[in-house]
Amino acid sequence: MYKYDNYDQEMVYTRVAEFRDQVERRIAGKLTEDQFKPLRLMNGLYLQLHAYMLRVAVPYGTLNSEQMRMLAHIARKYDRDYGHFTTRQNIQYNWIKLEDAPDILADLATVEMHAIQTSGNCIRNISSDQYAGAAADELVDPRPYAELLRQWSSFHPEFSFLPRKFKFAVIASDEDRAAMRLHDIGIQMVEQDGAIGARYYAGGGMGRTPMIGPLIRDFVPVADLVSYAEAILRVYNRYGRRDNKYKARIKILVHEMGAEKFIEEVEAEFAHLQGQNIDAPAAELERIKGYFEDPAFETGLSDEIDRSDPDFAVWLDQNVHTHKQPGYAIAVISLKPTGGIPGDASSAQMELMADLAERYSFDECRVTHSQNIVLPHVRKQDLHAIWQKLVEAEFASPNLDLISDIIACPGLDYCSLANARSIPVAQKIAQRFKEIDRQKELGELKLKISGCINACGHHHAGHIGILGVDRKGTENYQLLLGGSGAEDVSLAKITGPGFDEDGIVDAVEKVTDVYVAEREDGERFLDTYRRVGMDRFKEALYG
Amino acid sequence: MKILTGNDLKTGDVVWWTGYDWSRHVSDAVPVYDNVTDVIAREIAKRAVSDCYTVEAEKTDDGVLPIHIKEKIRATGPTVRPDLKISPPDPAAGNWVI
Repeated sequence: MYKYDNYDQEMVYTRVAEFRDQVERRIAGKLTEDQFKPLRLMNGLYLQLHAYMLRVAVPYGTLNSEQMRMLAHIARKYDRDYGHFTTRQNIQYNWIKLEDAPDILADLATVEMHAIQTSGNCIRNISSDQYAGAAADELVDPRPYAELLRQWSSFHPEFSFLPRKFKFAVIASDEDRAAMRLHDIGIQMVEQDGAIGARYYAGGGMGRTPMIGPLIRDFVPVADLVSYAEAILRVYNRYGRRDNKYKARIKILVHEMGAEKFIEEVEAEFAHLQGQNIDAPAAELERIKGYFEDPAFETGLSDEIDRSDPDFAVWLDQNVHTHKQPGYAIAVISLKPTGGIPGDASSAQMELMADLAERYSFDECRVTHSQNIVLPHVRKQDLHAIWQKLVEAEFASPNLDLISDIIACPGLDYCSLANARSIPVAQKIAQRFKEIDRQKELGELKLKISGCINACGHHHAGHIGILGVDRKGTENYQLLLGGSGAEDVSLAKITGPGFDEDGIVDAVEKVTDVYVAEREDGERFLDTYRRVGMDRFKEALYG
Repeated sequence: MKILTGNDLKTGDVVWWTGYDWSRHVSDAVPVYDNVTDVIAREIAKRAVSDCYTVEAEKTDDGVLPIHIKEKIRATGPTVRPDLKISPPDPAAGNWVI
């Protein structure tokens, strides 16, 4: 994985010192809250429902064991012994003290981490495929390109005060595991005439106005990867609305301008940028690629796995993914135990994951946008040992991509923007469907819950989505069906009137009953919904 | 009635105006009236708290509590982590006024 050079490290240390000074001035009364707020947000420090919340960036979701141990250390020393892995592949701490924040950032800097650009109207942490560098179906490892864009976008003076926040996702396989087209810019690395390039989408997003990003250019040579991004950002920066924050995202601009006109503007700007040396030299990309070379995989390993333990076999079937290297597998640690809080991990659990990554996965793990943790490079012969350690820690839920593998935002339990709680609903649904055989019978079913219209819980992209709203001071939950963040991307539609907290759990059960009754061979919930349509589900829900 | 809340500047803790100071416990909150703007200005100037605002509240069997669920959760802690709840003041715990 990428290692900081002296410039990277110095930039981060300088930023820590700068923020320490700003915090000291705030506490001393030399800065007002109005003056200080944009400064703390630039360092990922929010004031949330109960306390300060610190969001730490995990670039494209990749961590080594030392970094994961540092996250555990911060949870234990500065927070309440846990952290929350987010749908942006980051981690959030919910109980941070302002006076500790500079020390936390200083600790993070020692392991090449920071919280820069995890808030504010700038280019945020770039997300990617959690199986990058390991997946059998990828064209290339997308992370060097994500890293190049990360370096370009870090502290970019022109794009530090955009009309609104801006999110990239970069993938390199036809299977989209990063909800790529629901990003401000989505990039798929593709091949054309033997050359690698980028397919650019722009203007996607969730939130209050969900949009699927249209194709902007089918192929951008790698040599122009950054300048094409710069052209899009320039058009957005110039024409994006600043008069209304709810209409300020690039998706509104692309929609209002029309994709065709937007592309014209981008292409004109791209032409204007030619010859201005915006892009990094090829040697720099090669240098970055060097950090993402395959680890020293053993050859000649057996692909055989002893499946005689039935519980292990269940976990194997559900939580283990195909690896590109014979004898290896990708193992996913579910952060969705029945009754647990999706995405939360204690410091002890983080340390366990760090230990497993160090011992069994070439010192690497990944955060997924589904709020799980991946061990990307595991020898198949080690899977049983890993599973046993997870079982001992009660951390071996075999529910990846099943109905209890729920994405849930922090909701009203933690978030000052939320209108309703997400976590208790997730817990009740997981409890209702706790029998793993029942979950497996339902098959792949992506259920996503947001506690407000901002959609941090990706409810628009759920096969089943749930949106919490405030109805005259009472929590109410709208049910949505038919969304997907994958390569078959679609936006979920609202079924009808909302439900109370218990009613929404019953409603979820009813739509799964419809699916079971109506499905044809091999159909997932989403496939059946798309075939039979909304009415059949509405009938079951509302009579 | 309305009660006044804010966040402790250094810790970020949710605090409630007791009439002369700030408490972590909403049950210590007192109603505020027309003078609240002056109180907010004075307390912010003292750099003790930030983000002050008033919320609608009512007296319950458990003492004063905000009416709206968001402020109720803010006052009492996450509903999904009973271990992180803000306990009612314990008379034996000494001076709980921060």
